[in-house]
Amino acid sequence: MSSTSIEQKFQNIKKEAEENIASLDDKTVIYVGSASCGLAAGAKEVKDAFINKLDENNIEAEVKEVGCMGFCYAEPIIFISRPGFPTLVYGYVDEGLVESLIKNYLIEDDPCFEFALVATEVNDFFPTFADFPRGVYEEKQILNECGFIDPEEIDHYVSRDGYQALSKALSSSPVEILEEVKNANLRGRGGAGFPAGKKWEACLSNDGDERYVICNADEGDPGAFMDRIMLESNPHMVIEGMVLCAYTIGAKKGYLYIRSEYPQAVKKVQKAIEQAKEKNLLGDSILGSDFSFDLEVFQGAGAFVCGEATALIESMEGGSGIPQTRPPRMAQSGYKDKPTVLNNVKTFAYVPLIINNGSDWFKSTGTEGNPGTAVFALVGKINNTGLVEVPMGTTLRTLIYDVGEGIPGEKEFKAVQIGGPSGGCLPESALDIPIDFDSLGEAGAMMGSGGLVVMDENDCMVTVAKYFLEFTQQESCGKCTFCRLGTKQMLDILTDITKGEGTLESLELLEELAVDIKDGSLCNLGKTAPNPVLTTLRYFKDEYLAHINDGVCPAKMCQDLIVYYIVPERCSKLCSACVGSCPTEAIYTRDDGLKAIEQEKCVKCDNCLKACPPEYYAVEKLSPPEKLKELEEKEGN
Amino acid sequence: MLELSKEEIETVQKVADSILNEFENTPENLIPILQNLQDRLQYVPGPAMEKVAESLDIPEVDVFEVVTFYNQFRLYPPGENQFKVCMGTACYMVGGEIALDSFERRLDIKEGETTEDRKYGLERVACVGCCSMAPVVVVNDKIEGHVTPTRVDGLLFSHDEDKKENNTDEKSDDKPKEGEEK
Repeated sequence: MSSTSIEQKFQNIKKEAEENIASLDDKTVIYVGSASCGLAAGAKEVKDAFINKLDENNIEAEVKEVGCMGFCYAEPIIFISRPGFPTLVYGYVDEGLVESLIKNYLIEDDPCFEFALVATEVNDFFPTFADFPRGVYEEKQILNECGFIDPEEIDHYVSRDGYQALSKALSSSPVEILEEVKNANLRGRGGAGFPAGKKWEACLSNDGDERYVICNADEGDPGAFMDRIMLESNPHMVIEGMVLCAYTIGAKKGYLYIRSEYPQAVKKVQKAIEQAKEKNLLGDSILGSDFSFDLEVFQGAGAFVCGEATALIESMEGGSGIPQTRPPRMAQSGYKDKPTVLNNVKTFAYVPLIINNGSDWFKSTGTEGNPGTAVFALVGKINNTGLVEVPMGTTLRTLIYDVGEGIPGEKEFKAVQIGGPSGGCLPESALDIPIDFDSLGEAGAMMGSGGLVVMDENDCMVTVAKYFLEFTQQESCGKCTFCRLGTKQMLDILTDITKGEGTLESLELLEELAVDIKDGSLCNLGKTAPNPVLTTLRYFKDEYLAHINDGVCPAKMCQDLIVYYIVPERCSKLCSACVGSCPTEAIYTRDDGLKAIEQEKCVKCDNCLKACPPEYYAVEKLSPPEKLKELEEKEGN
Repeated sequence: MLELSKEEIETVQKVADSILNEFENTPENLIPILQNLQDRLQYVPGPAMEKVAESLDIPEVDVFEVVTFYNQFRLYPPGENQFKVCMGTACYMVGGEIALDSFERRLDIKEGETTEDRKYGLERVACVGCCSMAPVVVVNDKIEGHVTPTRVDGLLFSHDEDKKENNTDEKSDDKPKEGEEK
């Protein structure tokens, strides 16, 4: 079929989509952020409240579900689009706010600016994203539509230039598309940063017709959720990227390998596939061309190691996810021993943008060797938790203090854990390094999938290292002895240290083991497992030594090295907040009316400390536990 | 392995058969078949594994290996109410373990176990991706954020209450118990 008729067919689809969307313009529409994080915060209740209240008040308005904008800290989030008013985003929505928005805004025309977070477009009344520090530093490319379009309605995506790149590509040759992706130097967003174009080219250079495209959405890193949000908020963008890849390498069949812990993402992607097929943007002779491509979802069954390419393939073929030696590379012999391209969710999402805007546009953002943007999940001790997209090369300091607005509670920054179990913990001194694939590797961490956990003075670095070791030890597939037994040994040593039972010799052994595991493991799970230990040893050795030499946990986090204590001078007879908060009835009232803790019963759950009113601030943690005796003796005198 | 009655085995085999009928019997479909089985039965019982092995023409031991390798599959039926405590980085750092401890203490079971009356099950999961609401617990299918030990008590209490409201027969059972305490 000629390129003009492909273009014509697509324009018809687009026109129809635009007409459908335009019908919303003259209506009041309430969009509720309903990705998993929104739902967890109560988006469904908010949505139901809107529907009920609109009905009660006989107001004509539509309520629609959209994905996630990335402002997780303010969930549930909604925005209201109403003719004649600026479109405003509201956060922290509960049923009370729903009621007042309906009464004040939809009935009495007062948009309740005091509850608005931001306006989506420039207007005379309220600031937009660009007016906030976060908006200044963020540059949204793949997340641009997330949270603003209905992922279950293909017209929303199509009307915003969705599938335009596909129509363009079908009118060009696969070689041209490959060149564009190669020129853009699009590096794989799964963490390792291998150039996608090179991968595609390697796959294409192998003989035979049967080739596969697989999207790796087995986002197993604890602390990372960008792939989930991408799939839940704008699945078509990933699908379009996959179709473009398939066209380039000549694949007829593709799979999205999504972890089963993400049921929302699975549901939305399946629906998107159906809709794309209906519009002939997927399936047989796409847009009337002679290119056909079929796409399916394969659900992972919960194994971290399956994020590794060869393990993922093993599990798709019906086996245990055990990594295999390479070469042969995926591009030569992947799924069913056929040439296969396996890319991350975000990698595919960039492709339509590159085809639409050209590789030079893509390279205009980011740094020379690392073009484009990077998506991070900001979590932990940070004010604005959520999902952010910034140009490559942004410093960690900008990311944490400007985009994330710093650490809550005026606490001291201690470290940032980046890249999940494969990454490392970087200290204050590393905050000024620009973040990209190469610089993070030099600092001992790794880009990984982009999970970024900020830690403050109350977080113990030995515990952090122990946590990640526990994770990798549990998730090790067991194939390599070093990974299987070495990580267990390391975990034992770390556990001893957190109990105050570590020795200086064991610390040496810990370091030796770390190096050996790196050398002796086959896949990246094993090779990177020691990273959290190595980086904490490199940057926070003092903390290890305090645990070993003095039995002190400086962050007062290791349960065996702390006790809770109620300072009598600060405690009040009039208050018993801590008593009610204690799950084990360990807190009792002394003869003088003040409160005290029965240490044998205390489970160190932190509840009393949180419950104690700030004006008293009487509960304290002591480390080492012997301090308690000293204080009690003093008091006795 | 769990002892099943004859009737239970028959039901399990029937379910397995009907699922196997929906799939092309190739090894690539092993995981999807097992997932479907677990969807229907809440766990993957031995007789079902035997059926699957037979249909796909692979050794039973291979099916067992796959079931035990992946975290998703259960060998035992879960509780009526299943609590999954998230142990992602963010959750762990702000008290995920404390929440798990509280559940273990209150339910008097360890993670991976079910209470004797099968009412409550407790699991630890790697990360549910709701890090901004840490620590997180998934109760059946609903995600609950910011879970402190007192909230654990609240969650257990509310599920207890649900049961009582839905089941009037049980109420009469409760009354004599109160009397006993007095």
